[in-house]
Amino acid sequence: MILLVPAVVILLFTARQGVAAPLRLAVAANFTQTAQQLVAEFTQNTGISATISSGSSGQLFMQITQGAPFDIFLSADTKRPADLITSGMGVAASRFTYAIGQLVLWTPTTHTPPSEQELRQATFAHLAICNPNTAPYGTAAIETLDRLGLYAQLKPRLVVAQSVSQALELAQSGNAELAFVALAQVRPLQGGAYWLVPPALYTQIRQDAILLSTAKDDEQARKFMVFLHGAKAASLIGEAGYLTDASTREPTP
Amino acid sequence: MKVLSPDVTEAVVLTLELAAVTTTLLIAIALPISWWLAWPRRWWKSVIGAVISLPLVLPPSVLGFYFLVAFGPSGPGGWVARLWGGRTLAFSFPGLVIGSLLYALPFAVQPIQNAFQAMGRQPLEVAATLGASPWRTFHSVVIPLAWPGIATAIVLGFAHTVGEFGIVLMIGGDIPGHTRVLSVALYDYVENARWHDANIIAAGMVAFSFLTIMLLSSLQLRTRGRDS
Repeated sequence: MILLVPAVVILLFTARQGVAAPLRLAVAANFTQTAQQLVAEFTQNTGISATISSGSSGQLFMQITQGAPFDIFLSADTKRPADLITSGMGVAASRFTYAIGQLVLWTPTTHTPPSEQELRQATFAHLAICNPNTAPYGTAAIETLDRLGLYAQLKPRLVVAQSVSQALELAQSGNAELAFVALAQVRPLQGGAYWLVPPALYTQIRQDAILLSTAKDDEQARKFMVFLHGAKAASLIGEAGYLTDASTREPTP
Repeated sequence: MKVLSPDVTEAVVLTLELAAVTTTLLIAIALPISWWLAWPRRWWKSVIGAVISLPLVLPPSVLGFYFLVAFGPSGPGGWVARLWGGRTLAFSFPGLVIGSLLYALPFAVQPIQNAFQAMGRQPLEVAATLGASPWRTFHSVVIPLAWPGIATAIVLGFAHTVGEFGIVLMIGGDIPGHTRVLSVALYDYVENARWHDANIIAAGMVAFSFLTIMLLSSLQLRTRGRDS
């Protein structure tokens, strides 16, 4: 009986070694759902499976610099992939903008979509944003409030989430009346309403992908990067609620 | 470089406030519950005891998720928050107190209940025979006899609240001075590579935990000394 335990552990361990290791993607929270669609399409085409770890860009960047086992990083900004190149942890030639994010102000109640008016009237108790230090959508939200001249007034009402998916969660559960999130997160939702924040109010959210140095000779990872560059991926990313460099600069609500 | 930046100090003060308020309420609630669970023993009481003990084994994220649902405007928490004109219990100090209370309850109930059961009914009967009122019996017989158990509950409840992380991260909203407790501040500092502040908080937590464990083992020694 006592011997069974190590035997089972060894069996489980060796069983794990037997299959080809899936591709490991570190994906910024806003892009999680879209990445799942892309992975499904990619697996169907190539038979290569992939796992997605999501978090704020800052969290994932920190994990990568600490040696987390990822092959590809889909960030929500340009700075962190650039920093990885500088520190020799990212493959410079592989970096490109895979999506351009669109910021929305979302409310779980459907009767009227939120608006700049609603922010100015400030009839709400809590507005959820994600941590601007670690999540680019949080930075964009703060910029928007700043340009509208509302930041100082609304600061006491801001509740800060760890990632853009948690910001949405705080509003979906009804605890916060409003949340600044990504269009791609709220497009598939039943119920709720959003205001597409005018692009003039915040610095464009260019989201860069990068192949990590640890996977530079990994055939599967290279295939995924090629797929991500392709027309099929671009059309999925566009449908999900992002702009791409290939698409027109007209926002698509 | 100053040793403590103002936001660290703010987090320390908030954490101690939360732990003090939670522990006070915790003992006030845990005493009657433990008393009721201790005697007479009934099978259905053990079911209720098991429900109270759930936080011992439940991941904090499970509790955080339920609190997020229950604290919102359509849950019971929303109703409570409306008593002082709020909408939700999330993102507020009272919300953290309620969350911490439920989370720390088993850590207080179990040692007190064990102390009551170890004491037995005999001292109560003796006190009653001598004509002591129930209240007099409680504060001059029960409390002194069960004191090591109660002290253990105070230390455990306080320490547990100081170290709480998962629930606060899910329902707190990271508001400085209201919900940004030490564990969350530490998380923020690590995320933003503020290693100096992170180191201070982490080292402080280690020292605090060590003292807590020393205190607990001295309490246990006292209990054993009394029993032999």
